[in-house]
Amino acid sequence: MSATEATPTAAARVVDAFARRHRLAWGELVPWAVAVAAYFLFPDYLALGSQVLATILFGLSLDLILGYAGIVTLGHAALFGAGAYTAGLLAAHGWGEPLSGLVIAAAVAGLVGLVSGAIVLRTQGLTLLMVTLVVASMLYEAANKAAAITGGADGLSGMNVLPVLGFSFDLYGQTAYWYCLSVLFLCWVIARGIVHSPFGRSLTGIRENERRMHAIGSPVYWRRLTIYSIAAAMAGASGALIAQTTGFVGLDSLDPINRSGAILIMLILGGVGRLYGAFIGVPLYMILQDRFAAIDPVYWYFYIGLVLVLVVVFAPGGAFGLADRLLRRVRRSA
Amino acid sequence: MSDSLVAAVSILFFGVAYGMVLYLVSVGLSVTMGLMGVVNLAHGVFATAGGYVATALMMSFGVPFLPAVVGGMIGAVILSIPLEWLLYRRLYGGDELDQVLLTIGLVFMSVAVCKFFWGPLAQPFQPPQWLSGSITVAGRQFPAFRSFVILAGAVVFAVLWLGLERTRFGAQIRAAVDNRRMAQSVGINTSQLFTWTFALGSALAALGGSLGAEILAIEPAYALEHLVYFLIVVSVGGLGSIRGPFFAALLLGVADTGFKYLLPDFGAFFIYAITLVVLLVRPRGLFGLA
Repeated sequence: MSATEATPTAAARVVDAFARRHRLAWGELVPWAVAVAAYFLFPDYLALGSQVLATILFGLSLDLILGYAGIVTLGHAALFGAGAYTAGLLAAHGWGEPLSGLVIAAAVAGLVGLVSGAIVLRTQGLTLLMVTLVVASMLYEAANKAAAITGGADGLSGMNVLPVLGFSFDLYGQTAYWYCLSVLFLCWVIARGIVHSPFGRSLTGIRENERRMHAIGSPVYWRRLTIYSIAAAMAGASGALIAQTTGFVGLDSLDPINRSGAILIMLILGGVGRLYGAFIGVPLYMILQDRFAAIDPVYWYFYIGLVLVLVVVFAPGGAFGLADRLLRRVRRSA
Repeated sequence: MSDSLVAAVSILFFGVAYGMVLYLVSVGLSVTMGLMGVVNLAHGVFATAGGYVATALMMSFGVPFLPAVVGGMIGAVILSIPLEWLLYRRLYGGDELDQVLLTIGLVFMSVAVCKFFWGPLAQPFQPPQWLSGSITVAGRQFPAFRSFVILAGAVVFAVLWLGLERTRFGAQIRAAVDNRRMAQSVGINTSQLFTWTFALGSALAALGGSLGAEILAIEPAYALEHLVYFLIVVSVGGLGSIRGPFFAALLLGVADTGFKYLLPDFGAFFIYAITLVVLLVRPRGLFGLA
């Protein structure tokens, strides 16, 4: 029982170490500095930039459930698509005000997450993976067949999005960029708060040892359902951002393999359960994809596939895992 | 015969043929997932490889049908053994997310490679002379080739089942699925067992790919396109089982054919709904090990 015998100074050091985890580190401001700098450095790539920012939000929402609560899902597209179609349908039927559209889309996606989560979170492991995949596939089929409402395989167009806070969406994507960046920042503040809260710590506990959390009386199912719904609302906001800034919702926004699979890949590339995995993985993947497609428009996914295989072989844990190992090696040699 | 009876017989026949193809492709996936615990999203790649090699042998080299199918199986084995050694081996018992990343990466690469060698279009498939036309059973005509597919699927099922129950290799697989560490400690060379099981699963997938080329056309994105159905067969059937995927595949084949014939407006919606209900009621599948 060394912990109880520890001297006050040692105890204070432990408390300090825990507190330091929550304190904002300088490194955490880097992504925002990069995002602002990118606006001025690459004015011709703002459309791609907005997509990247909105997709980071999608990845961040996945990290909350996958990285922190340990829920391996292939159905995250369902929530993204729910938000995208909600925002799209609102804008196509006369509700063009983007901020309220965004909030409604997030609420609808959160509700879809709450209802579907109440069902899928009763299962575990491979069954959970399959059930999430099947739920997303059902929504995909429904949207595909309800072509009168959703436009089916042709996608939903005819959206009329009004200016956001007086700034209209311009051709260069300047408004879209700041809009996406602001929403991402707000969601990041919320996500960071959740992760470091007692609720967030209990999620990590569930991920690490579910039985023990049951044993100490933690309401495991309800905790999971809560974070699943919150992440669903964020995924929906991400879908709404892409719908509003591009003025189009494709059926592929619900595609369980292409959309859920791709965001899973991007998050793993960056690193899971770090809160910042998406901030590295999403730009990395999207920029690689953009470059490979420019170099070899027909076979670019060969190189993407090769990168994925090489990452698993040489850099498991993604970019953050690699950085961890390098740091450890540097420290050991120092 | 009344019209509805005729329709029912057709749905049953085409559904069973479809189910047999799904079974052949998926059974290897079920065993490797149950045995090695690897979520192998790239399993369909071996079916694609088998289909391409078999059609290429027939079309370009004039090889007869059956030897070409065997050639496709050999091709898949030649592809699978180095992959197992170099890549899959490091995934055993490892992180689920690494498995997803690596196997999806393999699928992406395979799609590009198939497109490079065989173009973006589906492979034309012509049943051999002796299997074209139809056979007559009880006054009804059935396409001969699909009857052959059904027969082949049933034979493979019987052989696999007997093999798993009666042979030493089968007993070793069962032991390793039940308790890998115990199997290892009584002297079973599990690493060699894994390699051969993986190769066998790939060969069966190749068989399904080439025999089913008329039903599931061989195209570059085959492994991705049908992935959800392969996974449904495995999860509804139950991991690590031979019997489970057989009945799950037949159910899926008949149900899918029936729904698409009777309720074409709903697509695959009901298939997903049924899968959801089955998995909620029986999370380990219909025949899964408890």
